Amino acid sequence: MRLNKILKNTLLVLTACLVLSACATKKEVATDIQGQMQGDVYTGTDTVEYLADGVPDRVFFATNESILTTASRETLRAQAAWLRKNPNINVVLEGHADERGTREYNLALGERRANAAKDYLMTYGISSDRITVLSYGKERPVDSGSNPLAWSKNRRSVTVKAN
Amino acid sequence: MLKKIFILLFILIPINANALIEVDITRGNLNPLPLAVSPLSIDEKSRKDFEKILKKENIGSEISNIVENNLRTSGLFNPLDKKAFLQAPDIANLKPRFEDWNLIKAQALITGKVNYIDDKLRVEFRLWDVLAAKEMMALAFTTVPNNWRRVGHIISDKVYERLTGEKGYFDTRIIYVSEEGPKTQRIKKLAIMDQDGANNKFLTLGNELVLTPRFNPASQMVTYLSYFKNMPRVYLLDIETGTQQVVGDFPGMTFAPRFSPDGKKIIMSFAKDGKSDIYTMDLENRIVEKITNHPSIDTSPSYSPDGKFITFNSDRSGYQQIYVMKNDGSNVKRISFGNGLYGTPVWSPRGDLIAFTKLHKGKFYIGVMRTDGSGERLLTENYYQEAPSWSPNGRVLIFYRETKTNSKGEGFSAKLWSIDLTGYNERQIKTPTDASDPSWSSLLSN
Repeated sequence: MRLNKILKNTLLVLTACLVLSACATKKEVATDIQGQMQGDVYTGTDTVEYLADGVPDRVFFATNESILTTASRETLRAQAAWLRKNPNINVVLEGHADERGTREYNLALGERRANAAKDYLMTYGISSDRITVLSYGKERPVDSGSNPLAWSKNRRSVTVKAN
Repeated sequence: MLKKIFILLFILIPINANALIEVDITRGNLNPLPLAVSPLSIDEKSRKDFEKILKKENIGSEISNIVENNLRTSGLFNPLDKKAFLQAPDIANLKPRFEDWNLIKAQALITGKVNYIDDKLRVEFRLWDVLAAKEMMALAFTTVPNNWRRVGHIISDKVYERLTGEKGYFDTRIIYVSEEGPKTQRIKKLAIMDQDGANNKFLTLGNELVLTPRFNPASQMVTYLSYFKNMPRVYLLDIETGTQQVVGDFPGMTFAPRFSPDGKKIIMSFAKDGKSDIYTMDLENRIVEKITNHPSIDTSPSYSPDGKFITFNSDRSGYQQIYVMKNDGSNVKRISFGNGLYGTPVWSPRGDLIAFTKLHKGKFYIGVMRTDGSGERLLTENYYQEAPSWSPNGRVLIFYRETKTNSKGEGFSAKLWSIDLTGYNERQIKTPTDASDPSWSSLLSN
């Protein structure tokens, strides 16, 4: 029993050391995050899936924003081109928010984000009949972390094939 | 159902109108009133009868434990250790020896007895002022044995009301969302329990995502958001019969529902084309009215207790802030002007305050302000917490709090907490699973 306790304490000390060393390399971590974020918009590809070759399924947003970035527009133009080539496919645009907001506001924000993507697809010739908007607010994060990088992956609109 | 089962309540002796002991509940109570809850006395025959029916060895002690626990968690009372009691329960109920109770520093004393009569549970109880050596109150109830927990809650409410001058909140229930599973694939069910965490029951199976249940203040109906068939819509649920129905026929997501104070309308948001507006639907004639019309997000509406005003959350200024308007949507006024973002405004049942969630510099606060936005007071700060709901007497707020996950995304939990309006007496309410989105019912018996 006693030994157990001692072991546990050692573990605790070890964990503490690990945490401290993580702090020491913070600079490195920060650049890593910078590599995957611009402002606080996610620019990495960790969670991205593809509707077809060269057609990413999702776009990312800044905190509290629903404005499409240059990269997001490029993604959506690729989606629109693919949808024009596949006129029988309908899509659901799933809008999401990160966990740092109240539940009800985030539901509305998710809808607003998915809708921004919908509007852009429509300006590139995709009929609104083929698009359904569905907000999940903060209910379905892809990354369960509580840190800025995780939150940036979760602020997204994902285009999902409906049929 | 619950209301109908109850009961014959009569006053044994007229209540003495002069308040003897008084407890001030308007400020943080750092010196809770010491009081003794003597176990309800029970004769051997009744004890055995109840043991057979309720599987409780001594129902008198069980009921007094409920009273004791309620009074303790209110933070206003300090129930004394029963081991120090000198007088036996049966004798104490007849005529307390006040010197004995004074000796252990009890200022108030609760005594009583339980009987099994005609298949019913009969309870009488008395509240005594020890210093003045006087009876303050005496009441008796008769009910079906299965209602024994509620008897404990009603006694607690009566004692609370007699000593504080305000209605209690113990004979109430909490509806909430039970949560299980990993954060990315959370399974959520509607659940209901007594205010003290007993009688927990799940109302949905977890097949679809459910959020934000809220009680009808006038009945045992609940409104909530369900993703049934992957379409987020506001539903109505009768918790006695289990029948459910969708509210209105909107071409898109409806969410953030609440009842009007008379229970006849539902107020909610409808999201379309990137904007969310507030609507009401009359539950009798199904007439839908649009209350706000703005390109912003307008959500989380909550009526004033007289039904004349609505407070809501809008980002029309650029960020989430709290607004108040007349119930027809006119006279919109922003009331939150402090630093940070404000959400989830809820009008107090007393009418004088609005509770809210505030986000500032990466911290979440539960706070209250007057209905004109003045007198902002933050009650509690944490990594994440939101969605306050008022106790029916407007003295306590229940909300939920989530923990931060570590770098691997582990360590997440969501729990219900309550705190007094004074900012004191913060407590976790135990639930069998993780929990969020609590809503407090009105008093079941009035």
